[in-house]
Amino acid sequence: MVLAVVAWVLWAAPGGKAVREFFLSPTHAWRSFIGDPAEGLSAIWRGFLTNIWMFVVCEILVLVFGLLIAVVRLSSSPILTPLRLLSVVYTDFFRGIPIILVLFIVGYGLPGMSLGWISMQSPAVYACIALTLTYSAYVAEVYRAGINAVPTNQVVASRALGLRQGATLRYVVLPQAIRNVIPPLLNDFISLQKDTALVSTLGIVDATQAAHIFSSQSFNFAGYTVASLLFLLLTIPMTRLTDRLIARDRSRRLAYLS
Amino acid sequence: MTKNMLELQNVHKRFDDREVLHGVSLTLAPNEVVCLLGSSGSGKSTLLRCINLLERIESGDIIFREQSLLDERIDVDLVRRHIGIVFQAFNLFPHLSVLDNITLGPLRARGRAKSEVLDEAYELLERIGLKSRAGDFPDQLSGGQQQRVAIARALAMRPDVLLLDEVTSALDPTLVGEVLDLLTDLARQGTTMLIATHEMQFARDVAHRVALLDEGRLVEVAPAADFFDRPQQAATIDFLSRVPKTQ
Repeated sequence: MVLAVVAWVLWAAPGGKAVREFFLSPTHAWRSFIGDPAEGLSAIWRGFLTNIWMFVVCEILVLVFGLLIAVVRLSSSPILTPLRLLSVVYTDFFRGIPIILVLFIVGYGLPGMSLGWISMQSPAVYACIALTLTYSAYVAEVYRAGINAVPTNQVVASRALGLRQGATLRYVVLPQAIRNVIPPLLNDFISLQKDTALVSTLGIVDATQAAHIFSSQSFNFAGYTVASLLFLLLTIPMTRLTDRLIARDRSRRLAYLS
Repeated sequence: MTKNMLELQNVHKRFDDREVLHGVSLTLAPNEVVCLLGSSGSGKSTLLRCINLLERIESGDIIFREQSLLDERIDVDLVRRHIGIVFQAFNLFPHLSVLDNITLGPLRARGRAKSEVLDEAYELLERIGLKSRAGDFPDQLSGGQQQRVAIARALAMRPDVLLLDEVTSALDPTLVGEVLDLLTDLARQGTTMLIATHEMQFARDVAHRVALLDEGRLVEVAPAADFFDRPQQAATIDFLSRVPKTQ
């Protein structure tokens, strides 16, 4: 229904024909997709590969780093108190700053500091650092909620068996916590997938940047449509998977109650 | 005279301002079964949790195999491997199969060899009559079956003492029997147990001695027959008058 209205508007609006030509022209779309080295046009599909590898690398780093932050924050050992405070500051800080500013600060700040090899990395590395910093803060909070949702009596039962704190965390708490948070984690990953488009602000030629170059050279926006479709190809399966997991979780919980 | 397995000396425990154990003293000999009776809120659970060091006591002492558990140098986790506890609410690990629930302690707390632990786990499952359910998850079992698994899980650690905290109170009346039968078997095999329970007939039949806890005070400790047939204290007589008769 909504799609039909959009289609009708595109068709019937006074400027509809121009917009169709600008955004939906198949020849332009194809040209932007495969690129044209002779004219200095980057292929959008190639740019999209950048989005994919950045997403995969960041996702792995975020999963590990976020978990570390959450575990430190929930630890009760007095030795870890400074780290615990740091993790609180960290999550507050990076959840509070728009991701694009973190990208600028890391992407322009680190190279500018003349810190030897740290300042000599490619923009892609800085982009990954920025995305990881921000998303780890979000994911740490997701993990924390999951860990807090594990009933205390599970910890008591484990400690009563003589399992130490570390073993209790590893074999009893985390397996249950992570199962609880898979749907919200996937939600964050869908956002991360899309936010890899922001790395274009650091001059990295990802799908968004390739589309942008195409539009400025050929005065046609079909590249944006192509890039959007590519993102949808990635995010829609993930969204469906998340929904399925949430539904499964729900039915399991309801079955448990009956 | 055999040495005591466990000895509580004048144990005091308070939660904030409320004192829940007012100087409890009790001994448990090797192979002895003591049933701990008392109304809800009398401090039975707290007492068991204190012995397992899940709660810290304010004063008094807990001597386990001639060693004070309040000693600073005691490794709490090591002590717990020798003192098993089973809870009213089972507290099985829902993400682990029945078999993994039983082997987790021996593997991850004791660090024993897997093949040996598995053999023992199957033996335990045989004993509790659930060998065919080894691969099932806790929520696929009935309450009685879950509680039997919880007991097997505690036994897998080969504890010197087993503490049981009202293990039948959360069960459907039709399922109580199977758990009590298992405990009766364990008692016959010489398992040292301190059992907090509301099951009077079971206490009379199985316990060597019965103790009554009333508002945090141990009012009477006596051999089972004496306790039920010739109670000495007014509080015991009153308590027994309010519960179903046993014979």
